[in-house]
Amino acid sequence: MQEITFLQLSITVLFLPLLSFLIVILYGKKFPKLYLLETGSIILGFALSVLLMIFKISQQLNNTLSFNMTWIDFGNVPMLGHLKIELGIMLDNVTVLMLFVVYLISMLVHIFSLEYMRGDRLYNRYFAYLGLFTFSMLGIVLTDNLLMMYIFWELVGLSSYLLIGFWYEKKSASDAGKKAFIVNRVGDIGFFLGILIIFSAYNTFSFAKVFEQIGMGVLPFDSGAWLTAAGILIFMGAVGKSAQFPLHVWLPDAMEGPTPVSALIHAATMVAAGVYLVTRVFVMLTADAMLIIAVVGAFTSFVAATIALTQNDIKKVLAYSTVSQLGYMIMSLGVGAYAFAFFHLVTHAFFKACLFLGSGSVIHAMHHEQDIRNMGGLRKKLPITYLTFLISTLAISGVPLTSGFLSKDGILAGTLAFGSLTGHWLIPAFGFIVALMTAFYMFRLVIVTFHGVPKNKEKFDHAHESPFVMVMPLVVLSALSLFIWYTPLPHAPDAGWFISDWVKTPQTVVPENLRFDFMKSSAPGEINGEVVHSASYTEALHHAHYPAMALSLIVAGLGILLAFLMYQWKKIDPDLVAGKVKPLYDFSLNKWYIDEFYDAAVIKFTLKFSGFLAWFDNTIIDGIVNVSAVITRLASKIVDLFDIYIVDGFVNFSAFISGFIGLSFRRMQTGKVQTYLVFVVFSILILLIIINPF
Amino acid sequence: MIEVGLTHFLIVSSALFSFGIYGIITRKNAVMVLMGIELILNAANINFVAFSRYLNLGLSGQVAALFVIILAAAEAAIALAIVLNIYKTFDHVNVDEIEKLKE
Repeated sequence: MQEITFLQLSITVLFLPLLSFLIVILYGKKFPKLYLLETGSIILGFALSVLLMIFKISQQLNNTLSFNMTWIDFGNVPMLGHLKIELGIMLDNVTVLMLFVVYLISMLVHIFSLEYMRGDRLYNRYFAYLGLFTFSMLGIVLTDNLLMMYIFWELVGLSSYLLIGFWYEKKSASDAGKKAFIVNRVGDIGFFLGILIIFSAYNTFSFAKVFEQIGMGVLPFDSGAWLTAAGILIFMGAVGKSAQFPLHVWLPDAMEGPTPVSALIHAATMVAAGVYLVTRVFVMLTADAMLIIAVVGAFTSFVAATIALTQNDIKKVLAYSTVSQLGYMIMSLGVGAYAFAFFHLVTHAFFKACLFLGSGSVIHAMHHEQDIRNMGGLRKKLPITYLTFLISTLAISGVPLTSGFLSKDGILAGTLAFGSLTGHWLIPAFGFIVALMTAFYMFRLVIVTFHGVPKNKEKFDHAHESPFVMVMPLVVLSALSLFIWYTPLPHAPDAGWFISDWVKTPQTVVPENLRFDFMKSSAPGEINGEVVHSASYTEALHHAHYPAMALSLIVAGLGILLAFLMYQWKKIDPDLVAGKVKPLYDFSLNKWYIDEFYDAAVIKFTLKFSGFLAWFDNTIIDGIVNVSAVITRLASKIVDLFDIYIVDGFVNFSAFISGFIGLSFRRMQTGKVQTYLVFVVFSILILLIIINPF
Repeated sequence: MIEVGLTHFLIVSSALFSFGIYGIITRKNAVMVLMGIELILNAANINFVAFSRYLNLGLSGQVAALFVIILAAAEAAIALAIVLNIYKTFDHVNVDEIEKLKE
């Protein structure tokens, strides 16, 4: 396949959803069947993306294809030099894999939604929004520069806002949409500042060109601190979009949107965009930036996992588990386990989408009941949902034979290796504690929802297995949560093709003195590591592999056991445990009071401040305006009087004079010839006397 | 005997002119007004002939006087015709009351 064909294919893949979005949003009201066109275009796009992936992997495995065009050429700009803004597409293995994941999940969610959203008032618009989202997400995936990344980043934010607030009649939904949008803005400010630092230093947005210059030792403003700052600021964008602490608050609220949307956007793809962004800029991250990223990721995964322990809303549990898993990926990138972070992104996308769609199936069956305390015993009513849900739960808990086991294990090994090399042992400690909690709360969810006796008899009796179009995506996704797709050996992620062949850690371009010690190229015994980016790290990872596996198995088993003891066999009374650690329990149940904190610190302050501004506007600004209005009125009054009395007076006076003169002369116009003749005679006489010719 | 000179002629003609003006101004009858005009014309004629005689201007004064006589005859014919028409329309020839044209 020619390179140009790759370009054409990826452009087609990118713009298909946009096209169908435009058609559906414009004509959706007239033709109620247009959602089929939208779904069809996504399916077509999926097929094309599969083709693209196959050709890329089989023909251009180790090449990065990129295509550029000039968008705007400003020519020579003072201070900046030649300023040119380029658009471009970059295709590497990560891109095509991500394309495949986004399209696959988008397609399955479309199919699932056909049934789930049936009868909704804005059925067509829902699909249009899904198309818009897919387009924006693909843009993020395909771009080769930061500017386009930022544009699509905001588009993704917009479509997320539209979909969270899809049932906008509900106050909580529209509030959640606003919250998501505004919280994301906070992160995006950082992202934008980071882009500006990069652009002002290198005069280009393109990833490749920026990295090339960093690799040559050109630093922003000649200082490594600025490079660190740029890395951290760009990471702030990821903090917002990937819901990292302290900006994670929007994601659980985003569950107000339709459940398939939660699966697509708030579990599998959009929130992974932040992780994807960090993988894109990974090579320019300095040691300091990476450490901060690792700490933020670890802390996020811990916070979210503790909160997930006590939540009772099925979607809230999944939301916090998503935040926790995203923290895992971020942490993994921070510790340098690039390939495993991306691996986890992919596996997590599949099993978390499966979990969300499964919860959608449950909610559908229970007629929009989301509280797990009112469920129970659904195993018999929803056998397929239960089975797929269980497989995904096993995957997220890190049980062997699943994809989650492979990727989680890799991440934990990465953190262990990092700990052993740098002495930051707290990060792997967080990792394992979170693994324990994950296994516990996920099995708590499964047991309380599907096992035991039904709590709400009436709703239970009405529950029934979902129709084929809803079950099929679940089956596909849970099948993808098995190990076999990624590696032939269930215990060794790097034995397969995914990690060792397809996704490789890129060589960092950061100057030596800004790297971690173990990443310096002068480190002895360097081999060209396939999995990670320095020999000593590879070594450490290798050593950490089996301990990490053993430990993660133990903690996962412990978590599952604990869940069974407490909820299945009732050996330990959960309420008793909760009572024992009442303050901690409340702390977790109330989500660490973070929302309350923001409410008190940020929102109250903002409201007060805007109240002050309103007062300022009303009193000072309006006062100034009013005073000037009064002055203007006064001045115009004076001018008015001048007009009426002076100018008009003058005009009237002259008119009066003419009238007066005319009046006196009118007398002479008698119309009688003889009178005129008298005048003539006398005037001649007078003239004669005056001239006096004699 | 005082020799008759230009001054005497001019005095006669100016007297004639003044009578003519007086006639035009004071009379209301259109015919009388016309007669006033005739007097004025003849006063002019006397002037022409007198100046011609005393100032050595040749015969041009007399010729002009002849033209004026012819003109006066034509004028009298037309004016009397107009007066006749006025009489037919208004039943009188009072110039003060003929003011139809004004409207």
